[in-house]
Amino acid sequence: MSRSVKKGAYVHVRLLKKIERLNQKGEKQIIKTWARSSTIVPAMVGHTLAVYNGKTHIPVFITDALVGHKLGEFAPTRNFRSHVKGDRKIRKSI
Amino acid sequence: MRIAGVDLPSQKKLEVALTYLYGIGKTLAKEILEACQLSPDLRVRDVNDEQSMRLRQYIEQKYLIESDLKRVESMNIKRLMDIGCYRGRRHRALLPVRGQRTRSNARTRRGAKKTVAGKKLAK
Repeated sequence: MSRSVKKGAYVHVRLLKKIERLNQKGEKQIIKTWARSSTIVPAMVGHTLAVYNGKTHIPVFITDALVGHKLGEFAPTRNFRSHVKGDRKIRKSI
Repeated sequence: MRIAGVDLPSQKKLEVALTYLYGIGKTLAKEILEACQLSPDLRVRDVNDEQSMRLRQYIEQKYLIESDLKRVESMNIKRLMDIGCYRGRRHRALLPVRGQRTRSNARTRRGAKKTVAGKKLAK
């Protein structure tokens, strides 16, 4: 079920405050954030946010194509490096 | 009768024949026939020229079907892949996009089984 329109999109309040402050000053600086569930709103376009993936902050440059998505969609929490292929020793030892 | 480059089977009822078009299922077929005031039980071969014109115009101006629809769909997927979001990466990896399990099943997305030699099943 989708979120009520009345409430509007969920945006982490303190993150939005920080960005608005930067917008007023006309500055750009990387903001570290843990708010993965926060929606990307037009105010963030042009900024770079460092989104936490559970281990490190992944820099995400916000373009207007990203508006409406959530920050977490751009900072993968799992890192799949392909399975080992053709290594006989490893296969036998399993 | 041809609509959007697709031949509708002449022996079938309109309601069913319309579902041969990509993007039209049974529900939409019924709605279209009602809007065009045609009986869903009419066979395609019994449709006269005036009726088929009406049907064709109505469908072509109101709905995205066939190659147009497929193009829009693939553009939507391409957009997801280009912005590098989670769903786009799942599309790229040919894995299920909507959070389904992949330890077993997911065969539609992953294709036929590839057996790994020497892999023990139950430990």
